Amino acid sequence: MKNCLAIFKVLLFTASAFILQSCTSPKAYQKIYLNDTDMELAPRKAEKFENSFQVYREGASGANGGKTGGGCGCN
Amino acid sequence: MRKLSLAVIGMYVGVLSTFSQTATDSAAYKNKKLNFDEINFVTSYYHQDGDHSPVTGGVGTEKLSDLATTFELKLHKYDKKNRKHYFGFELGVDHYTSASSDQIDPHTISSASHADTRIYPSFSYSIHNEKKGNALSFTGSYSTEYDYQSIGAGIGFTKTSKDKNQEFNVKLQAYLDNLKVILPVELRTGFQGNDENDYPTAGRNSYSSSFTFSQLVNQRLQLSLLLDIVYQSGYLSTPFHRIYFTNGTETNEKLPSSRFKIPIGLRANYFLGDKFIIRSYYRYYHDDWGLTAHTVNLELPVKITSFISVSPFYRYYSQNGVKYFAPYLSHSATEEFYTTDDDLSKFNSNSEGAEIRLSSPGGVFGVKHLNALELRYAHYKRTDKLHSDIVTLALKFK
Repeated sequence: MKNCLAIFKVLLFTASAFILQSCTSPKAYQKIYLNDTDMELAPRKAEKFENSFQVYREGASGANGGKTGGGCGCN
Repeated sequence: MRKLSLAVIGMYVGVLSTFSQTATDSAAYKNKKLNFDEINFVTSYYHQDGDHSPVTGGVGTEKLSDLATTFELKLHKYDKKNRKHYFGFELGVDHYTSASSDQIDPHTISSASHADTRIYPSFSYSIHNEKKGNALSFTGSYSTEYDYQSIGAGIGFTKTSKDKNQEFNVKLQAYLDNLKVILPVELRTGFQGNDENDYPTAGRNSYSSSFTFSQLVNQRLQLSLLLDIVYQSGYLSTPFHRIYFTNGTETNEKLPSSRFKIPIGLRANYFLGDKFIIRSYYRYYHDDWGLTAHTVNLELPVKITSFISVSPFYRYYSQNGVKYFAPYLSHSATEEFYTTDDDLSKFNSNSEGAEIRLSSPGGVFGVKHLNALELRYAHYKRTDKLHSDIVTLALKFK
């Protein structure tokens, strides 16, 4: 648990530092690349069942916008 | 020359302001009727094989095939305060055949569990206040199969920054599950197990809170940080998994009655040049059964045209295994908890494949409302020799 929290803190710190340094607040008209369907910050529709079988076949789950456990005979 | 330049700039600003005025006017009008948003149809065929089935104590075939389909309908409407209401309905049906499940009772010609169908309807409702950048959502779900029933409910809140460059989302979810305790046939006492009402039942509850922070970093890069905190309690073992102890006796799997999980993920997408996108994802996972896992996913969509993209991908996964796992004939009868389920053992896995995505506002292949088509194939291989293939077709109608 301590390891987990330590890694989370490092991740959070790295991400925050990265964001604070690089953020340029793109305007609405500058989001042509960001609005592209392939740029969506979510799993694709066609990944849905692939993620489901990974929940069954692997011990880890969650933190991907999908299932975290429960709701089916999975872990 | 300067006067001419000023005149041209003036005309340009004038034209711009005219267009922006038009946009404002049209944005002010919101149709208050219930409108069709989209329909998503996703279907896949999955096949796996391996030789470490926990149903037969950690040895034996893991051959399994699954045909899964979901159908999702999304609708929306605006209310008098111009808040947007989304309504979503989904119905999923999975049908699988499993060679190892047939070994729960190998004396029958074909046991009830050698094949099963899972049906899972769900609904979602959300209300979006675009002025304030707030959204509140509710979800409900039900799932039923021969030996497993589940009821789920969730509530979520999203806050978007004024410039829409940042978003924070929190979601609370609960699943209240009920399973039939179907033991391997030789371990059953006091009932025949021929009628589904003969089996005792047990509860399994899962509670999760999910936090997501998304940030547009610049004109080409966006990322999100995901954190889930999950607690499960109740009957977390699989009752028909056999354990053969080193002293020659037999029982079924026994795992602790609670599990606490913390997965943390980071997703970053970058548009490289005009034709390439890098989609990346990393997840660290830890739980109190002693399982630690790392997941890395890389995908490289290539824009063939504005409406066609091809995306090869690679996923690497590594886990150290839970402390209760031991292979076939390795558990001692004096242990408190035991499992021979290789899904909880130490292994690495590799998955690779590709996806082709076609989209067109006028309709893919000339089909008027077919907005997007995704076809995806993935091959999965684990170091314990389990391997699988999955092919998925997703259609979006708008």
